[in-house]
Amino acid sequence: MTQRREAAIEKTDLTPLAGAETDVAPLGRQGLKPPHELTADEDVDVTQWNRVAAMDEFKSLVAEKRKFIIPATVFFIVFYFALPVLVGYAPKLMSVKVLGVVNLAYLFALSQFFVAWIIAALYVRAAGRFDEMARNIINRLKSGRE
Amino acid sequence: MSASLVMFLVFIAITLWITWWAAKRSTGSSAYFAAGRTLTAWQNGIAVAGDYMSAASFLGIAGIIAFQGYDGFMYSVGWLVAYLTVLLIVAEPLRNAGKYTMADVLAYRLRPRPVRAMGSLSTLTVSTFYMIAQMVGAGALVSLLLKDSGISFKTAVLGVGVLMIVYVVFGGMLATTWVQIIKAILLMSGTVLLSLLVMAHYGFSFSSFFNAITQVTYHDANGNLITQNFLQPGLRYKPPYGALDLISLGMALIFGTAGLPHILVRFYTVPDAKTARVSVVWAMVIIGSFYILTTFLGFGAATIVGRDFIAKNGGTNMSAPLLAQALAGDLFFAFISSIAFATILAVVAGLTISASTSFAHDFWTNVLHHGKERSPGEEVRVARVTAFVVGAIAILIAVLLGPNANVAFLVALAFAVAASANLPVIVLSLFWRRFNTRGAVAGLATGLISSLALILISPSIMKTDPIFPLENPGIISIPLGFLGAFVGTLLGREPEAEEKFTELNVRANTGLGAEKAISH
Repeated sequence: MTQRREAAIEKTDLTPLAGAETDVAPLGRQGLKPPHELTADEDVDVTQWNRVAAMDEFKSLVAEKRKFIIPATVFFIVFYFALPVLVGYAPKLMSVKVLGVVNLAYLFALSQFFVAWIIAALYVRAAGRFDEMARNIINRLKSGRE
Repeated sequence: MSASLVMFLVFIAITLWITWWAAKRSTGSSAYFAAGRTLTAWQNGIAVAGDYMSAASFLGIAGIIAFQGYDGFMYSVGWLVAYLTVLLIVAEPLRNAGKYTMADVLAYRLRPRPVRAMGSLSTLTVSTFYMIAQMVGAGALVSLLLKDSGISFKTAVLGVGVLMIVYVVFGGMLATTWVQIIKAILLMSGTVLLSLLVMAHYGFSFSSFFNAITQVTYHDANGNLITQNFLQPGLRYKPPYGALDLISLGMALIFGTAGLPHILVRFYTVPDAKTARVSVVWAMVIIGSFYILTTFLGFGAATIVGRDFIAKNGGTNMSAPLLAQALAGDLFFAFISSIAFATILAVVAGLTISASTSFAHDFWTNVLHHGKERSPGEEVRVARVTAFVVGAIAILIAVLLGPNANVAFLVALAFAVAASANLPVIVLSLFWRRFNTRGAVAGLATGLISSLALILISPSIMKTDPIFPLENPGIISIPLGFLGAFVGTLLGREPEAEEKFTELNVRANTGLGAEKAISH
């Protein structure tokens, strides 16, 4: 089936057939597909995904990512909303002139840009480590198969 | 023939050549919808920036700052910080688990037909809102700029519409991307040049520039001369609801970007998640620098051109081009205006392709035809027809509207809809195992309906005695979107969706099984 589809569209469509052939269940069906209807992709992968998810390496990858992403997200949201909250509810404080005539409101707004860039840079650095952990998982899967 | 017309034509000629070049290379769905997933990080990063820095950023923010000072700069801040949501939460999982559209990620573990139908509806809604703003900008620009050359507002809008249809129908994502890249580079150079000229006007002295900002003079509605410190917050967002409105706007901006369909589809054009990540960083550098420079555009227009003059010569949206005219004469005015024109053209093309991709891929193929193309290349054909229809509708709406509202403000409403409908379901589907189809449909529906309904009863539409006092609905409609998704999910369980969460989680985090780039 997959091969026939591949042959039919080979000339015009260069889309790689990585996805399942169809991800749509017939109208009205509830629950899982019967085994004979699983596409090759689904059939092969069900066990493999669970195996990967159970690997210690995978668990520590997810944990490491969370350890960075959750605090970073909370920090940038709090830091960002401090600006409209202070500007809205403490306009007197924000009007204090700091650098010549430049007030706190403008400097705080400007600082948002640099904080955003710094968080992005820190994330890219941390993500290099995540990439390596993911590569290790994939390599282990490959060597396990051979 | 005026100089501006010549510059318009040169830009159009270059982009048409790109479209022709891309059309030759573009074969198949992946090539058409996702540029073959072969873009490099810097290419995609600049294209993201090009997609994002719309007429709202260039014309709109400059206008709000020129008229209401500091409060306009809040748009600039929100629009950059928003990219942290994209970078930290959405970009990489999306690249790893999706194919062409936002709904791909939702359809991954949920029942595809309902979520795709709803996802497609919200994509079309957000894109249309966004496009209205761009077209209003185009209308304002063209009616000011080409009034002497005999080109009417309608003709100009028709021209923009036809061009955008040509880019998208023939060139697909590859042509659209290169149009974005060229436009982003042009826009950045124009903005840097304009900022330098503003500083030159003040003898490159920041203190005299900022001193001027503290003493902006203009006439109010009653004709009284007013001197105002434009660094002072609160000129636009006044009590009693100003503070809440500011927070509401902030929520719409920083959560909306990660739900914008035309930004999300850009992450499918790169080979892998790492490239997606680096391209967000590229975009953040360009977008951030641009938004910092809006300080010079906006306050420059306020101090050098003046509110009174802008109001009489085209209105708030014309602040940046008029600043160019005041600083360096008509030729530079024409140059800046054609950059603004290019900006609108490029963004509209980006919006059209994401809307038509969503209709063709989500609604036509997956909802109506059970995920099968009935003949090779059908999906691409449907997308081309959709681009044509979407373009025609946009032309119609733009002609019906007029250059009245501020375009940054209009776009902020599109962000509110995206943040309320799209973001909650994207985030929950990526991170919550229990999340199910009912939750996704409920979340999309409550987010979409509540944000639209609140806009209808807000001061933007109901000029006198609005039922809802805030301009931007985000503060209510975003939590409602999340609430809808939660409640919908808790109404029932969907074992299949929970089981497939494992697969999504593995794919999103490792990139296993992700769509690969086409090798040429």
